[in-house]
Amino acid sequence: MTWKRKDLLAIQPLEAAEITHVIDTAGSMREIGARDIKKVPTLRGKTVVNLFYEPSTRTRTSFEIAGKWLSADVINFTASSSSVGKGESMLDTARNIEAMRPDVVVVRHQSSGAADLLARTLRCGIVNAGDGAHEHPTQALQDLLTIREKKGHLEGLHVAIVGDIAHSRVARSNIHGMRKLGMTVTVAGPPTLIPHGVQELGVKVSHRLDDAIRDVDVIMMLRLQQERMTAQLIPSLREYSRYWGLTLDRLASGARPDVLIMHPGPVNRGVELSPEVADGPYSVILDQVQNGVAVRMAVLFLLAGSKAAQGAAAA
Amino acid sequence: MPREGHFFLIKAQVLDEAALERALTRIAHEIVEKSGGTEGLAFVGLHTRGVTLARRLAQRIAGIDGVTVPVGTLDITLYRDDLGLKADQPVVRSTDIPFAVKGTTIVLVDDVLFTGRTIRAALDALMDHGRPRMIQLAVLIDRGHRELPIRPDYVGKNLPTSRRERVAVLLREHDGEDRVVIEQPEEVSAP
Repeated sequence: MTWKRKDLLAIQPLEAAEITHVIDTAGSMREIGARDIKKVPTLRGKTVVNLFYEPSTRTRTSFEIAGKWLSADVINFTASSSSVGKGESMLDTARNIEAMRPDVVVVRHQSSGAADLLARTLRCGIVNAGDGAHEHPTQALQDLLTIREKKGHLEGLHVAIVGDIAHSRVARSNIHGMRKLGMTVTVAGPPTLIPHGVQELGVKVSHRLDDAIRDVDVIMMLRLQQERMTAQLIPSLREYSRYWGLTLDRLASGARPDVLIMHPGPVNRGVELSPEVADGPYSVILDQVQNGVAVRMAVLFLLAGSKAAQGAAAA
Repeated sequence: MPREGHFFLIKAQVLDEAALERALTRIAHEIVEKSGGTEGLAFVGLHTRGVTLARRLAQRIAGIDGVTVPVGTLDITLYRDDLGLKADQPVVRSTDIPFAVKGTTIVLVDDVLFTGRTIRAALDALMDHGRPRMIQLAVLIDRGHRELPIRPDYVGKNLPTSRRERVAVLLREHDGEDRVVIEQPEEVSAP
């Protein structure tokens, strides 16, 4: 298996073997993070640009650390502190950045399809770090790596993804990845937060938390994305928390004793996850973050180290 | 490992199973003798067949001295000097050094020594894990054509080859049999 793509824009177009290849590569990258001196010379002389139009702590930091551990030069562009604030369009900004000859541009944008547009415009490799409600492929890859690490395998596992499915690019990327790798997925949430026709992605739908979490191997809780909610989709946070918040009592009454609890962060403590669950023994939230760096190292290595990307940067 | 556009045919067998066994046994003895015992000694095998050879050497030393010498594995992909130059990007495999590198005498083990570029990368990779007391190099086959000032300390067999040829080390753990052969590209006639 070799990586042939110039960009990583979404999980949906990938083949199962490509997903496994990235996860395998990431598994080998993990060792670097355990060293005293966390640096390998692999991407020396390569430049990675983080182009972020939305706030982000985890993802941006994680790409930055990943690039630096591989010896790439990493430059951060955030919308709030750049010429974007002066009204420059995304494509103009991107063309200006391209003139500085980066090898990979990592982009996060509030509009679905932004990364795709950049990939069609720029010759360097593009990584989608989240575009609107579309996809967030590196998050899904780190989640899959975490599950495989904890469970030993992926095929045949049953995952419940709970909460705000409608606004969640994390859910979409994970659903595509999990289905391709032979996993069963149930999505659960109030009807207003479950997109119409989601069954067509090959998932089951549940509208009761207790049913959804019974006998599953993994529970992935999503963040209630209050900043994306323009309409009144839930009556109140308190009511949401009462019906859809995961608590120790709920876990004790129906979940498997070896269930994994995941969350892409940032956690609304006391809303979708009670603190006892977020910090409890089932929680692998911090493993997800650790694996996030390894996955992003793998993606940067595969894109910047591939012949396709090299030809593009030289052109 | 077939390469695109070429088929390789076996030209000659260089080592059979018994000769390969003898070569490893001799190297194991030489390592113990030259190191004055097994104190502070460790093996690091290079993926994939170097790892297997390192484990076999450790077994032999256990047979000679009754001491278990630790074996680490090293993947040098992240230290290569030809990333992006080859059509097929190499797969990154696991690096696992389960002992303290600092102060240890490390014997690097690989199957074939050719240009020396892999060993250069391995030396850099190893140094990033700490400061060993000494690094030595053991190879089953030295086929010449060095491009860097690197020489092995222990050699199973010196084998003059042409650059077009390939040396295939077959080991039962991977290939079901133990032997070493020289392969040459098949002359492909135009269709």
